[in-house]
Amino acid sequence: MNETFTKAMARNIFYGGAVFFFLLFLALTFDTVQSLPKRDHRENITDSVVRGKHIWETRDCIGCHTLLGEGAYFAPELGNVYKRRGPEFIKAWIQGQPTGAPGRRQMPQFNLNDQQLDDVVNFLKWTSEINTNKWPPNIEG
Amino acid sequence: MQYKSQAVAKPYFIAAIGLFLGQILFGLIMGYQYVVGDFLFPAIPFNVARMVHTNLLIVWILFGFMGSAYYLIPEEAETELFSPKLAWLMFWVFLVAGALTIVGYLTVPYATLASMTGNDILATMGREFLEQPLPTKVGIVIVALVFLFNISMTVLKGRKTSISLVLLLGLWGLAIFFLFSFYNPSNLVLDKYFWWWTVHLWVEGVWELILGAMLAFVLIKITGVDREVIEKWLYIIIAMTLITGIIGTGHHYFWIGTPEYWQWFGSVFSALEPIPFFMMTVFAFNMVNRRRREHPNKVATLWALGTGVMSFLGAGVWGFLHTLAPVNFYTHGTQITAAHGHMAFYGAYVMVNLTMISYAMPMLRGRSANSRASQLMEMWAFWLMTISIVCITLFLTAAGILQIWLQRMGTSPMSFMDAQDQIRIFYWAREFAGLVFLVGLVLYIWSFFFKNSEAQAAG
Ligand code: HEM
Ligand code: HEM
Ligand SMILES: [Fe+2]
Repeated sequence: MNETFTKAMARNIFYGGAVFFFLLFLALTFDTVQSLPKRDHRENITDSVVRGKHIWETRDCIGCHTLLGEGAYFAPELGNVYKRRGPEFIKAWIQGQPTGAPGRRQMPQFNLNDQQLDDVVNFLKWTSEINTNKWPPNIEG
Repeated sequence: MQYKSQAVAKPYFIAAIGLFLGQILFGLIMGYQYVVGDFLFPAIPFNVARMVHTNLLIVWILFGFMGSAYYLIPEEAETELFSPKLAWLMFWVFLVAGALTIVGYLTVPYATLASMTGNDILATMGREFLEQPLPTKVGIVIVALVFLFNISMTVLKGRKTSISLVLLLGLWGLAIFFLFSFYNPSNLVLDKYFWWWTVHLWVEGVWELILGAMLAFVLIKITGVDREVIEKWLYIIIAMTLITGIIGTGHHYFWIGTPEYWQWFGSVFSALEPIPFFMMTVFAFNMVNRRRREHPNKVATLWALGTGVMSFLGAGVWGFLHTLAPVNFYTHGTQITAAHGHMAFYGAYVMVNLTMISYAMPMLRGRSANSRASQLMEMWAFWLMTISIVCITLFLTAAGILQIWLQRMGTSPMSFMDAQDQIRIFYWAREFAGLVFLVGLVLYIWSFFFKNSEAQAAG
């Protein structure tokens, strides 16, 4: 870099750029937060959905699965599992773990009661109705 | 070593390397579980191994950053550290908190751990990378604040260079954006939106400031190039980082319920994010080529150049590969993501820490460089670890491409588990490359125990 371009100029670009783009980010965040209610259907977040998310977190489901494409890549996407499998299958699946099939990836047994199973399913149902711009590409997730 | 108090960096570096070894062992466990699914089940389920792997990674990188700051700041500020005692105290607090957390993951079911540690009062757990129990998260904040107080006071009473300023900005940013880990709304979309304020604004924001400052410091020391030149580069690089990287957060807002305009903002700005990484590479090579002295520590130079190249490849090239919305539509949450995550983390934050350790550790042990034999061993470690991370990345990329082809394209897509069965061979290859990585890491650790009789005395 040549001599007419000084360190002070570089520093000013840094501070100016950082402040400008952070403010722009805040503005975009404000707009996003305003427009989310139409996309996340928060009117459907019932107490059961809230409890379901809590169960999802305290069993660390994200440590094996993705949810809307984020998480671990060891086990199937669950953001759309409600649409793929339906509520009864999901509950039976969770209750039936682990499969114990030799050499196959195993999911733990969480000993959830009936209400907890319903809560998880309700959370996954609500999640599957979020407007994700048509992601995932197909039902397999 | 010019200031006595720099010595406190040493335990931080040693802890960092020890935890690094633990991280890799758990990586290998998971890599094996990818092919032999019931390995160690139910003693260590995959999700537990993953928490240990990723949390050890974050914690040891933080140890590395803190150790580096304790080494770098006194020398830049030309004064002793404000309080070496506090630094020692925080070292033990952080190490014990970290160890207890890992033991908790491994011995108590996660749900029990959550209720034992107050997660019902303030639920923060169970989100990727932020799995730590509440007391650990609070502990991290306390350690970070005391650490920041300590180094900020040191800078305030001493010389204020651009390098210390940038390092301080990065470290303060690290602490501030970690605060978003305490915000966990029950609305998943909001949860995800602000989760990235910790995760993305760390690795593609403030951590790059830390990286730049550490690299600039080592380059000044080993090349003897004029500080004005190096600091000008530093400012330009981090300016580009924040100009592209802040709005670049949008590349995570394509498919999580956020508005469609993020596909434009995210794609355009994050597509420019490789620029600062490319400049980092040019910077490192340029400075080494214009060097004014022949520093005896050759292997530190190798690590510095490696950081430039590998962070550009891992973050820049592999990041760009999947960052445009139409591509990310298919690659989102596949092995492509894992491939990128590995090379980017290694190339940027593992390597910059190892650069600093490679430069500072001999000084801390009273010599300007290690013996040739020791340096040679460390170079072997450099190449083994770097080449195997490249292989891991290539195998996972191949696995990812096939996964997408089988599971996400065409008219009769396969289920997730069926597709995984088809790509097992690449997971075996990844595990094998991981073993080579471990060999490299063992050689690396071994290089510290070499006889250093013929080493140069500290200058
Ligand atoms: C060398 C042997 C290693 C092996 C076998 C290994 C294996 C794994 C596996 C199996 C996962 C989980 C992927 C999933 O969620 O399905 C993972 C995640 C991860 N590992 Fe490693 N790893 C290794 C080394 C490393 C190193 C050196 C780093 C850092 C530089 C690293 C950083 C990460 C990160 C950041 C994640 C989370 C990735 C994401 O969420 O996309 N790993 N690793
Ligand atoms: C050193 C810097 C970087 C590090 C350490 C890093 C690390 C990571 C990690 C660990 C993930 C996975 C997060 C998760 O588990 O959900 C990720 C995702 C991602 N990264 Fe980076 N990254 C870096 C820089 C970049 C850059 C410069 C770009 C773009 C040019 C980029 C593009 C992406 C994209 C698009 C994703 C989302 C992948 C998906 O949709 O699944 N990254 N990164
Ligand atoms: Fe990102």
